[in-house]
Amino acid sequence: MLLRKIAGHVASIAALVLLGGLLSATLVRLAPGFDSDERELDPSLSAESLRAIRAEHAAQNNILRFYAHYLRGAVHGDLGTSQALRQPVGNLLRERWPVTLRVAGIGLLLGWLLASTLAFAACLWQRPAGNILGTALSGAFLCIPAAVLALASVIFNSPGYLAIALIVFPKIYRYSRNLLAKAYAMPHITAARARGLGELRILARHALPVAGPQMIALAGVTISIALGAAIPVESLCGLPGIGQLAWQAALSRDLPLLVNLTVLVTLVTLLANSGADVMNYVLRPPEA
Amino acid sequence: MKAARYLACVVVLIVCGLSLAANWLAPAGYAKQFREVPDSPPSRAHLLGTDELGRDRFARTLYGTRISLLLAPAAALVSTALAALIGGIAGYLGGIWLKLARAFTDLFLSLPWLFLLITVRALLPLNVSPLVSVLITFLILGLLGWAASARVLSTSADALRSSDFVLQARASGLDGPRLFLIHVLPNLKPILYAQFWISIPVFILSEANLGILGLGVAEPLPSWGSLLRELEGLISFREEPWRLVPLLLLIVVMTSFQLLLSNEEVTA
Repeated sequence: MLLRKIAGHVASIAALVLLGGLLSATLVRLAPGFDSDERELDPSLSAESLRAIRAEHAAQNNILRFYAHYLRGAVHGDLGTSQALRQPVGNLLRERWPVTLRVAGIGLLLGWLLASTLAFAACLWQRPAGNILGTALSGAFLCIPAAVLALASVIFNSPGYLAIALIVFPKIYRYSRNLLAKAYAMPHITAARARGLGELRILARHALPVAGPQMIALAGVTISIALGAAIPVESLCGLPGIGQLAWQAALSRDLPLLVNLTVLVTLVTLLANSGADVMNYVLRPPEA
Repeated sequence: MKAARYLACVVVLIVCGLSLAANWLAPAGYAKQFREVPDSPPSRAHLLGTDELGRDRFARTLYGTRISLLLAPAAALVSTALAALIGGIAGYLGGIWLKLARAFTDLFLSLPWLFLLITVRALLPLNVSPLVSVLITFLILGLLGWAASARVLSTSADALRSSDFVLQARASGLDGPRLFLIHVLPNLKPILYAQFWISIPVFILSEANLGILGLGVAEPLPSWGSLLRELEGLISFREEPWRLVPLLLLIVVMTSFQLLLSNEEVTA
């Protein structure tokens, strides 16, 4: 049953990534300026070279052929060449990915730590002050654009992962707080409290098992939020990661690089969401 | 809470009113340069000083607020209409259409929002006229921001499809677009309104992020995003606090929107 679930997820991820790639390739093909090549302006190129450049573009006119060519290359590890940086996309991804993994990873961990501490404290403390503090803090950070938090990180000379932590924190806090509040409103928790069970025990034994599955699903979603937050944070803090690369690619309209990045990030997000779903299944298999 | 909501409503109305009155309140146009006083601190002539090109910051803040506050609801309208079209109709039709719409929605939702925005923005020409850049920025927000709303709407329309009154209407011979327009769509209205209001602050923040990254509204047109871009050169928040006014205004408006939307709506 578990294997069937995993196989279903793998098939759905493959279909979505292929569909996403086709969609991206179509958009790239239809983007204004796709047919023109700066090299054609080079006066030193011979007529034969210009013909070869035009023939290269003509071969990409058919979207399906263009996408099939891209997929054939991708299967062999060739993701094309960045137009702006004149480097193989595969090399760029290998160089930049560890930076993003570290920054977004630490940021995500810190964000979860802060949000879950405040959410648990608000539930355990049972006083309005705890709830107000968490709600005010998360509300304040929800109102500030991610890029402004990244700029603040530069001004205060603080590490980039702190900005990512503050970007993901409000979303995690609000959602997990609501989940816990719903769990705490259930009658079995009132009964447990009436029987004199300690608050910590109620949280661990009765509230978390109810809210847990959705919190695991939230963990998958927050990976996507952290990767999105990496764009302004890495761009403005000067961190050479995938986010900065995406920003540079967008500013220079480096479409092949941008499409590869989008497909890669989609793949990571889908894997994270499916991983969360499978984990939920393993922890709480459906009753037969 | 009710008082806070009233206050939030008043604040949004005041900010909207001030931005609409920019033509009368601002000492000059947003692009007018006072070349003799570039980068000047606040004075009687320039309430928030001037930027490095000598343009009045107060005027730019008012005009920028107008652009952000008027076009974010327009983008929200586009995204809600698309969500109603894709999610509502797929939910109403059910079966393979619902599955297809959900797969397409999942694909959109699996992409980090900012990645999607900058990718699509980069597909379109970057060196365009300021007016075109405004239209492109907010149209992209509207055209890409439908997925989450469509998911909610498809679920609701799917539930309505099998409801008693729809079954009865079907039994009475009503079917197709007429049934959707007369019975299903009016019942989706509360969700459509909620999704519309939720989208506005999301689009305001997205425009601000795009603007700071240099992919938003083009100069000399101001918007909250392009105004916040000025913060990039700031060494300390205490150095020139008047430069923070657009950010404070944005935070005040966003807080007001948060108060106007109920807790459930914000976290949906």
